[in-house]
Amino acid sequence: MTIGDIKKLLECEVLCCDDRLESEVHTACGSDMMSDVLAFVKDQAVLLTGLLNPQVVRTAEMMDIICIVFVRGKKPDDAVVSLAAQKNIAILSTANRMFEACGVLYESGLRGGISSGGVGCSAGGCLDECAYIAL
Amino acid sequence: MSALTLHYDVPGDDFTRAGEASSDIKNKLKQMGISPDVIRNVAIATYEGEINMVIHANGGTIDAAIDAESITLTIKDTGGGIPDVELAMQEGYTTAQEHIRALGFGAGMGLPNMKKYTDEFNITSEVGKGTEVIMKVYLSK
Ligand SMILES: Nc1ncnc2c1ncn2[C@@H]1O[C@H](COP(=O)(O)OP(=O)(O)OP(=O)(O)O)[C@@H](O)[C@H]1O
Ligand SMILES: [Mg+2]
Repeated sequence: MTIGDIKKLLECEVLCCDDRLESEVHTACGSDMMSDVLAFVKDQAVLLTGLLNPQVVRTAEMMDIICIVFVRGKKPDDAVVSLAAQKNIAILSTANRMFEACGVLYESGLRGGISSGGVGCSAGGCLDECAYIAL
Repeated sequence: MSALTLHYDVPGDDFTRAGEASSDIKNKLKQMGISPDVIRNVAIATYEGEINMVIHANGGTIDAAIDAESITLTIKDTGGGIPDVELAMQEGYTTAQEHIRALGFGAGMGLPNMKKYTDEFNITSEVGKGTEVIMKVYLSK
């Protein structure tokens, strides 16, 4: 699917980089813990999170993630959005909660891919409603 | 390829800026045409180290040296140091409090992750003096 499809499926508001809506994505992960994203994620293109600080964008940058979806209607402040714009990382915001958002995307074909070392999120200490879209 | 060195001072009092050095290193390596896999490994290792310096010490310095064979990363601070390095290297070990976890860090995965993503990893730390991590990532495997 494309980032544009995610926008439609989750009824997202696009906060930056709408020129990226055509970009293809196949894998995603969801977490409020950037430590876990850094440790367990591999080759995922989309990050779903409820965390709002600039380190979400930096973590995405390091992991070559090209789209961040903020769940539960959260919207990062302008500084975070402009940082993402600089890095060409699309920022979407959805009213859906983490579990629902992951479920909708999974149902539509997005997958968790293979996390490094074969360790899924459950071993990574998921927070609250965080869930990797894992096989 | 001639050796290239990069130096960064990482401020310890501004969490929002943590990662700027790692980001710059990543961009420079990209411009140099280094392979994406190598860049990813370097990016993760430096970023974890940079975050550690901001969260657990009062900032510090990052030096990157790139030559024909490898990238050497030196991450050094003059913070409180680590009393038991062997323990700190274990997955899941953390001294981070709730306010750090609220920022999305403090899973005790950073140091093991740095070791995992680099070809050589060395850490020395002295309580009251500081911590130095030296890592190498080979350009071809
Ligand atoms: N530069 C440092 N100065 C002082 N203590 C450190 C430093 N780096 C790491 N530590 C200590 O080692 C522990 C483990 O570090 P590690 O990076 O593995 O996990 P973390 O930083 O606690 O969590 P995470 O990296 O998953 O966000 C830390 O909790 C801290 O006590
Ligand atoms: Mg750490």
